[in-house]
Amino acid sequence: MSFLAVVRATLAKDLRLEWRSKDAINAMLFFSLLVVVIFSFAFEPTAEESRKIAGGLVWVAFLFAAIVVLNQTWARELRNHVLDAYRMSPASANSLFLAKAFGNFIFVIVLEALMTPLFIAFYRLGAIGPAWELLPIATLGTWALVVNGTFFAAISLRTRSREVMLPLLLFPISVPALLGMVNATTAVLTGEESARFWITLLVAYDVVFTIACLLLFETILEAE
Amino acid sequence: MKRGFPILAIVTAVLLSFALYEALIGAPTERSMGDVQRIFYYHVPSAWTAFLLFFVNFGASIAYLVKRRPAADIVALTSAEVGVVFLTVNLVTGPIWARPVWGIWWTWDWRLTSTLVMWLIYVSYLLLRRFSSGGQAPLLAAALGVLGALCVPFVYFSIWFFRTQHPSPVIGGGGSLDPRMAHVLLINWAAFLCLAWLVCWTRYQLEVAKRQVEEAQSLESLLEGSR
Repeated sequence: MSFLAVVRATLAKDLRLEWRSKDAINAMLFFSLLVVVIFSFAFEPTAEESRKIAGGLVWVAFLFAAIVVLNQTWARELRNHVLDAYRMSPASANSLFLAKAFGNFIFVIVLEALMTPLFIAFYRLGAIGPAWELLPIATLGTWALVVNGTFFAAISLRTRSREVMLPLLLFPISVPALLGMVNATTAVLTGEESARFWITLLVAYDVVFTIACLLLFETILEAE
Repeated sequence: MKRGFPILAIVTAVLLSFALYEALIGAPTERSMGDVQRIFYYHVPSAWTAFLLFFVNFGASIAYLVKRRPAADIVALTSAEVGVVFLTVNLVTGPIWARPVWGIWWTWDWRLTSTLVMWLIYVSYLLLRRFSSGGQAPLLAAALGVLGALCVPFVYFSIWFFRTQHPSPVIGGGGSLDPRMAHVLLINWAAFLCLAWLVCWTRYQLEVAKRQVEEAQSLESLLEGSR
């Protein structure tokens, strides 16, 4: 099988699994809904106030919700020794990694698409800046979270108390990306400044960490 | 190697006491801040030492990924541990100085924030080492070491941009250092480097001994099992 065929087959399998069970997406949706509600107690959600805080709020909600799906990425493959079968198969490790990362990316993007109307309604959000810029921001930001998250999920799989380990590893390294997403979103919502710099930063972050993860993933998968 | 250790220990002790004398008595008193400023001679060298050790960690992580030699792994572990200790000294002395001078313990200035994030990254590295065991642990740690080091420039750059956009009330920036103060600072840094080397050396030997004991124990239990 070619590289792309392996990616496609693995991705299709993961999507089908999720489509039939809907475990991850339900958990993520409910989780971010809870965050939306709880945050409304933390500050007065007037349109003016929300606009300044929403960038951080939205991304914190998505970040925590993404942990749910990231944690089950590889844990699912432990049952029946599927992961060992992957290791034995001649398929390249990176095709597996990319398939998993794309899968997680799709889950989180779907979550964002479903949650955004809710955020807009609950917090009376409206963009003063160019709203179309939110699209590249969401895409780049989600990829930054997901590519590192998929990688660190593979690392935390090998540790004791693996579910606790993932956020501990992922959050510190995601700080620059989070800063980029939050500030870019705030810039668009308030329209006070340009989001250009933060989008460039996200592009650079995505490129560097995607390459690094692809270079290192085979070592992690084969580690015994 | 064995003979070098006491020599290094003596040199470190002499340098540290000389540096202490210089920092507390030798260096001129700063005009506006007074004696509080003297913490500077410990605050700055500890940060520089920590940065150097994290750089060593990065190099050792790459070396381990390429060559898979246990020595590189032990160097990575040691440098990260000692680096976190020195950065903690930096992060603790900072607020002690800031309280009387700025009137606040902490501000989210870019330097403070990025140093704190860097500390978080390496603490997570140590956590991973603590929570993983077995033959795969060094590989996982080395991968995290490389990614963490790659992240550091992003942290500095992004937070710098973030905070310079919103000026904070306290930016030390500009100003020049009295040559006598710079002199004391460098002596202190030399002393700190010797101390870091000494501690790393001890920690390295300890880790080697620990691994030998573990190996011997597992061998013993294997032999007992086969009997």
